[in-house]
This record gives sequence, C-alpha cells and structure tokens, in this order.
Amino acid sequence: MSKKINLTLKVWRQKNCKTPGAFETYQAREIDTAMSFLEMLDFVNEMLTHEGRDPITFDHDCREGICGSCGAVVNGQPHGPLRGTTLCQLHMRHFKDGQTLVVEPWRAKAFPINKDLSVERSSFDRVMVAGGFISVKTGQAPEAHAIPVPKEAADNAMDAAQCIGCGACVAACPNGSAMLFVGSKVSHLNLLAQGAPEKKTRVLHMVHQMDHEGFGNCSNSYECEAACPKQISVSHIAFMNKEYRQASIP
Amino acid sequence: MTLDSKIPSGLLQDKWTSHKFNNKLVNPSNRRKYKIIVVGTGLAGASSAASLAEMGYQVESFCFQDSARRAHSIAAQGGINAAKNYPNDGDSVRRLFYDTIKGGDFRSREANVYRLAEVSNNIIDQCVAQGVPFAREYSGYLDNRSFGGAQVSRTFYARGQTGQQLLLGAYQALMKEVAKNNVFLHPRTEMLDLVVIDGIARGIVVRNLLSGKIESYSADAVVLATGGYGNVFYLSTNAKGCNVTATWRAHKKGAFFANPCYTQIHPTCIPLHGNYQSKLTLMSESLRNDGRVWVPKKIKDTRLPNEIPLQERDYFLERKYPAFGNLVPRDIASRNAKEQCDTHHGVGDTGMAVYLDLKESIAQLGKQVIKDRYGNLLDMYAKITGEDPYQTPMMIYPAAHYTMGGLWVDYNLMSNLPGLFVIGEANFSDHGANRLGASALMQGLADGYFVLPYTMANYLAGVKPAGEEIIHRSEFKDAEIQVSDKIKRLLSVKGKTTVDEFHRELGHLLWNKCGMARNEKGLKEALNKIPEIRERFWKDVCVLGSNDDFNQALERAGRVADFLEFSELLCFDALHRQESCGGHFREEFQTPEGEALRRDDLFSYVAAWQFNSLGQSPTLHKEELKFEETHLAQRNYK
Ligand SMILES: Cc1cc2nc3c(=O)[nH]c(=O)nc-3n(C[C@H](O)[C@H](O)[C@H](O)COP(=O)(O)OP(=O)(O)OC[C@H]3O[C@@H](n4cnc5c(N)ncnc54)[C@H](O)[C@@H]3O)c2cc1C
Ligand code: FES
Repeated sequence: MSKKINLTLKVWRQKNCKTPGAFETYQAREIDTAMSFLEMLDFVNEMLTHEGRDPITFDHDCREGICGSCGAVVNGQPHGPLRGTTLCQLHMRHFKDGQTLVVEPWRAKAFPINKDLSVERSSFDRVMVAGGFISVKTGQAPEAHAIPVPKEAADNAMDAAQCIGCGACVAACPNGSAMLFVGSKVSHLNLLAQGAPEKKTRVLHMVHQMDHEGFGNCSNSYECEAACPKQISVSHIAFMNKEYRQASIP
Repeated sequence: MTLDSKIPSGLLQDKWTSHKFNNKLVNPSNRRKYKIIVVGTGLAGASSAASLAEMGYQVESFCFQDSARRAHSIAAQGGINAAKNYPNDGDSVRRLFYDTIKGGDFRSREANVYRLAEVSNNIIDQCVAQGVPFAREYSGYLDNRSFGGAQVSRTFYARGQTGQQLLLGAYQALMKEVAKNNVFLHPRTEMLDLVVIDGIARGIVVRNLLSGKIESYSADAVVLATGGYGNVFYLSTNAKGCNVTATWRAHKKGAFFANPCYTQIHPTCIPLHGNYQSKLTLMSESLRNDGRVWVPKKIKDTRLPNEIPLQERDYFLERKYPAFGNLVPRDIASRNAKEQCDTHHGVGDTGMAVYLDLKESIAQLGKQVIKDRYGNLLDMYAKITGEDPYQTPMMIYPAAHYTMGGLWVDYNLMSNLPGLFVIGEANFSDHGANRLGASALMQGLADGYFVLPYTMANYLAGVKPAGEEIIHRSEFKDAEIQVSDKIKRLLSVKGKTTVDEFHRELGHLLWNKCGMARNEKGLKEALNKIPEIRERFWKDVCVLGSNDDFNQALERAGRVADFLEFSELLCFDALHRQESCGGHFREEFQTPEGEALRRDDLFSYVAAWQFNSLGQSPTLHKEELKFEETHLAQRNYK
C-alpha cells in the first residue's frame, strides 16, 4: 500500500553550460510512495509552474529503464540508491518521510551541462561512430543459420549489449572514464563471429575516440559497475584491455 | 479524387518480385546528387536512413531525443516475427501472411501484407549479421517463442529487450554511415512542418530543441518515420515523447490520414494506480505463453489470489477460446478483461485488473527457465508494484499501446503527396484494424531495409535533383513564419492551466469515449467536448520561459496542441465506421456472443481523410479493399 511522504529537494539549477549554476531548495509535499522518481519531479514541476517559476529540465522518454535518457545523481549516487535501477524505475517507497535529497546532473568533462539536470552525451555517439558497428550492408547478409553461435557466446554478448548508454558509469567514476560503456560495446561485437573481421580496428578506433573526447582512464575502483542500471560487469573492461593489447601488437 | 494504391498486377506471390523488376533505378554515380530527409530514428527511420546511405544517397536524419539510439522502438520487449519455420511446425510465408490478414480483421491490403511476410526472413538474416544477439539454443541455432494470434512459434527474441537489440543494430548501421559522411545526424531537433511546393514534398521546418532556432531543410524526398500517436490517450505504454506532430502537420499540408480510429489497447499492462501517473507499463504479451489469465468466479471477491481454490477461478480466455486460449489476439484479450472487470470480477484495489499467473509454468519448467525468458520484465514489475511475480500472480489491465492508423500510403509507401514517404508505425499500411504481437518490429524493419530503398529509387529516377537553390523558395520562409507564430502564441497565453493538465483531460475523455469500446452517443459527446477543451487551451495554457532556450514545457505544449486537433479526426473516423473490427469495437455492432461484428458489404475500405480546415468536417476518400486470396470470414479463435 502506498502512503504519502514529505521531502526536501536540493536541485541543481543551471541555465546552460556557459552560466554558473547553483542548488535551489524545494519542499515536495504529499509525495505518494508509489510514484517513480520522475513522477515526483513532474509533480514538483507542476507545482513550480503554478507558482510561475521555471520547471526543472531533465531528460527522459521511455520511463521503463531502457532508453537511457534519464539520469541524475541523487545523494551522491547516479540513478539513486537502488542497485540496477534507472531513475525512472526508482520508486519513492525507497525514501523516508522528512528526508533531504540532493539532485545533481552527471558531472564529467565529456558531458557538458545543457540545462539543470540535462547533459550533452553526444560524445558517446561519436565513440560509436568510430567503430561501434559491424560493417554489413543491407542485402549482404547470409542466411541467419549459416553462422551458428554457441549459446554461451550469444549470452555473454547479450549481457554486454544490454548497455543503455545512459552515462551513469562515467558519472560514477572518479576519473570520468567511459571504459564500461566502450568495453561493453567492444565485448558485444568482438565476442560474436560476425564481429571478428573488424575486431582490431574496432577496439583501436573506439578507444582512440574515447580518449579524444576527454574521458578519463580506469583505475579499478569499480564504481561504474555499482552504478550501472543494467549491472554490466567490469569484466568487459578487462576484455577490452585484452583486445586492445592484442590489436596493438603488429 | 480517386486513391491509387498502385498495387501491381499479377499473382499475389509474384507482385513484389515483378514490381522490383519493373521499378526504375538510379545510376550509382547519380545517387549522390539526391538528398533525402528521414525524420525519425526508430526501427523504420534508422534502417531506412542507413540503407539509403549505403546505396549512395545523401541522407539527413532527424530525431527529438539526444541520440538516435533512444527512439521509442528501444522499448519493444517481446520479439519479432518471421516465417523461417525453424521449429518445423508448419509455418510459411503464406501462413504468416494469412495470420496477419486475419489478425487485422480483414482491413488491410493483401499485397502489402504478403510482401511483409515475404521479406520477414531477410530481416532476421540482416539483424544476425549486424550482431543482434537473439536468443539461441544450446546447438547454437536461433530459438523461437509463440505470440498471440498464431499457432506456430515464429517469434525471434533477445531476452525481454528485442526492440533494444534490433534498434541498436539499426543505429549501429546508421553510425557506420555517419562515419562515412553519408548521413548527417540532427538529434534534439523537432520537425514542426512539412514544406510542399507545387504539390510536391520538398523539405521540412525544424526547431533546434536546445537553442530554439527555427530552420529549414530541403530535399528530393522526405521520409516520415515518426512513430504512432498512442499518447493522444495521455496514459499509454508509449515513451513520453511520442506524438502526432509530424504526421498531423503533414496532414494539414495535404497528406491523407487513414483509419485513425484503429487504435490498439494492449491486454497485459500494469494497472493504473494513481492520478499522478505519467505512463502505463507494458508487460510483454509473450508472458501469455507461460502465464494463465484468470479472475475469481465470485463477484467482488476480496480474498488474496493464493487463497482462491482452483475450482473458484475462471480462466476466461481458455474457457471461451479453447483453440487459442491465452494466446488470442490482443483486441479480444483486452475486451474480455474489460468485460470481467465491468461485471465486477476484477481484482486489486481498484477492481480494474485481472490475474496473469505464472505459477504452473514455474512448477513445470522451474524458476530459472522463467527467469531466463522474462527476467527483466518481471524485475520491472517488481520495481513498479513492489510485489514479487514469482510468488503472487501478476495483476494486469489493458492500456493504449499501438496505433494501426496513420498517414495513407500506396504500395510504394508514398503518401498522396509526391515525394512524401511514410514508414513504420507512422503509416497505416499493414496491420488493418488490429496488429498482431511482434509484427510492428517486423514492419518497421521491412519498410526501412527492404521496401523503401527500392521504391525510393523508382521515385527519384523520375525526378531531377532539386539542388540547393530550392531552399530560397518563399514556401520555406512562409512555413518558418507560421511555425514561429504558433510558438509565440503558445508563450503569450500565460494562463493558469499546465500543459499536462490539458493533456490529462483530453486523454481521459478519449479513453472513456473512444477507447476499448465506443458508441455513437459517447463519440458525439467527445466531438462536442474536444473543441471546447481546445479553445480553453489557447486561452488558459501556461507555458513559462522563452523560445530561444531549452524549454521542455514548450515542446509538450506544441504536441498537445496537435493532439487537441487530431483527436477530433480520431473520433470522427470512429463515429463514421459503423461496424466493429479489430481494435475498433462499436457497441452497436456485435454478435450475440459479444464478438466484433464486421459489415464487409459497407465498410470493407480504408478511410483516408483529407484535411479541410479546423472545425470543418474532413473529406473522406475510400480505398476499397479487395480480397482475392483470403476468404472474408468472421474471425474465429475458438
Ligand atoms: C512498450 C512497448 C513494447 C512493444 N513491444 C513490441 C514487440 O515486442 N514487438 C513488436 O513487433 N512491436 C512492439 N511494440 C511496437 C513497436 O515498438 C513500435 O510500433 C515500433 O517500434 C515503432 O517504430 P517506428 O520506427 O515506426 O517509430 P519510433 O520507434 O516510435 O520512432 C519514432 C522516431 O521519430 C522521431 N520523431 C517523432 N516525431 C518527430 C518530430 N516531430 N521531429 C523529429 N523527430 C520526430 C523520434 O525522435 C523517433 O526517433 C511495442 C511498443 C511499446 C510501446
Ligand atoms: S526514461 Fe528511459 S531509461 Fe529512464
């Protein structure tokens, strides 16, 4: 059964990446614990709008934890306190009456702030452009059963392919590293027979672009795995490092 | 004006092959001179943009999300159909064709549906080659599951995230073309108008959602792959951004809107639980493979589900439809759930839910197997409801989900406006009055990978490249001014009611009057009420902030303003269609057993509407449907 709670929100407000931002405090009253975190923000935004104050900008779309649009740091944790859960799937029953919540955008050099909680993640797209694909054109494909894939390889590839590209890993990392994002794509494609022909150029180009975008390096603190809403394992970073080493040896 | 569907002559199974042969081609060295705008990066948009770029055309790709990878297709759960017949259970192109025609309640074009079934197998090949990690058996070969409306297992899946994996495949194909400078991406850019010059689609006007800048883009052809309008109901399973803006504004520029009243209400969604709720969450219909749907036999039974003995449960779908059981098509499953709740057999706090029970499958197959099949769905259910579906039966209720209606297109997927193509959920073409599960993904990818690339070539071969100068035509400036004026008007109202409050009011009205069941009286009420809400909207809506900024309330206001116009057409179409078919159930027209009663003699046509002006009735154009291969019959799933 749901109940109502009162919360104090300290939300980061920033007009754009050129203007400095600051926290603003709001009282969120009568929050139904069956609401999702984003529904709570909607509720606050309705209140702000009625008071003639600018609503909080935040990215969202599917609200089912799959599109990777949403995300904010809640009390120091990307996507909030619940493991393996995006902000849109985090429900208010996990918070206590009277609690104060500090809500901030992802903070990373490679993710400039657009406005309030919305950040620019096109650096991820550019890393994908560098090599995150298999170069098969429409019409070239052989019959699907021509290349059997061992179930284990398919399952491992799927584990990695689940990444939703939200950027929580980068936000969680003390170095602002994107190694979990890049590693999971390298794993997904390099583990499959279909991805083998481009496996070396893929890892080299993606890593090169990742560095170029200003993402940091991995120093094994594993914060990324803890923050990942799909609980993607850091073993994919190790796999990427292995692939990178092998590809670098002429 | 008569609508020409351009269906090729000849035997059904030869139509597409001979059409491809008869199509004109564009010489590879000339393709670079043609520019194509593709609006939308879902399965349809991304697959077509990538394929057209591979062929050598210049492609400009638009979406309103911050990345092409986040289009709504990402959320599809259950799977994608194809006629591979890998399980050796009697499937074939013909059977997939027949199931889809029948599932659509005989309101779709035979030729289109046959082509869809024909290319379905190529889609699976293409996706596997792209690295889509479909579920596999221990042998290393692909696994299949079954879906509603079929007695064969023809659905390919990637856990409960099939849409995500297919979309990532198409997105990656798109990124490969971006790397080669064949595609130029415009994320966070919303199309706000179509530019038509001398009756031909020549470009679009867009707003940059970060800066607010209004800009024009010209092209030799415009492709709309902008998805469905399910959010007209406010609460739906669609992503929050889904809207009707692109297709509606094209409609106002002359494109016909077909069968808007064909909307699909999905039977298995998490029930509504509060008025702050922002969306409804789908639980994939694939769950009906392993879950049994039931309600207590006793009226208003308040016992916990596990306390209700077997003989006091009514497995109503199995009882009424023994041949298909829990796997009847969606419209039938939804209406039956509604009927149970309307007669007070519903469960949960609100009485507006039925059980979907996995208990027997768990006992038979083990928890791990169920977890492997639906793990992420069941986790999502637990997160939202706070209940454990492995222990307690899930509660489900129907919700607005998919829209079969859309812009009218011919066999070439071109609208009545030359140069304007419409693909994916945005068009009306393949699902008739009801879509079967796992067929939307199939259609989006069929359109994008295997149909449009051919028909686009045929169109472009007949026109000269427009060149860059066309952007200076006054039609572009005029459209930009209109768009800017509308935005200024929205910001200048400065009223007291928020955009969401209006959207909720409209959604509530439509759900009650034009939802799972419709009747003349209710539809007329809705048609009276909608203009009244619209008028209030323009007098009292509150949109803060400015245009030259990232302004999400302003984005929503524009979309809701369009829903407030479009919903009138939706109800108008529903009122005019005096029969029941598929997702359109008119209470006046039902069989003695309460099944949908089609009136083939009167309504076996596509209703394509032409816009006149707001507040004035649209003009109806009929495309008669001819059934040469299938026998028009009342659907029977008993
Ligand atoms: C929860 C859920 C589960 C589903 N599961 C299945 C399933 O298992 N199997 C199945 O076959 N089908 C399923 N469907 C249906 C299927 O997902 C959709 O019909 C399909 O993905 C639509 O694809 P699309 O490419 O036509 O459009 P979408 O994926 O909706 O993409 C629309 C694109 O258009 C863009 N756009 C829209 N308007 C504008 C504008 N004005 N300006 C610029 N860009 C714009 C958007 O940014 C987006 O990129 C499901 C649907 C839902 C809601
Ligand atoms: S809104 Fe899509 S993942 Fe949260």
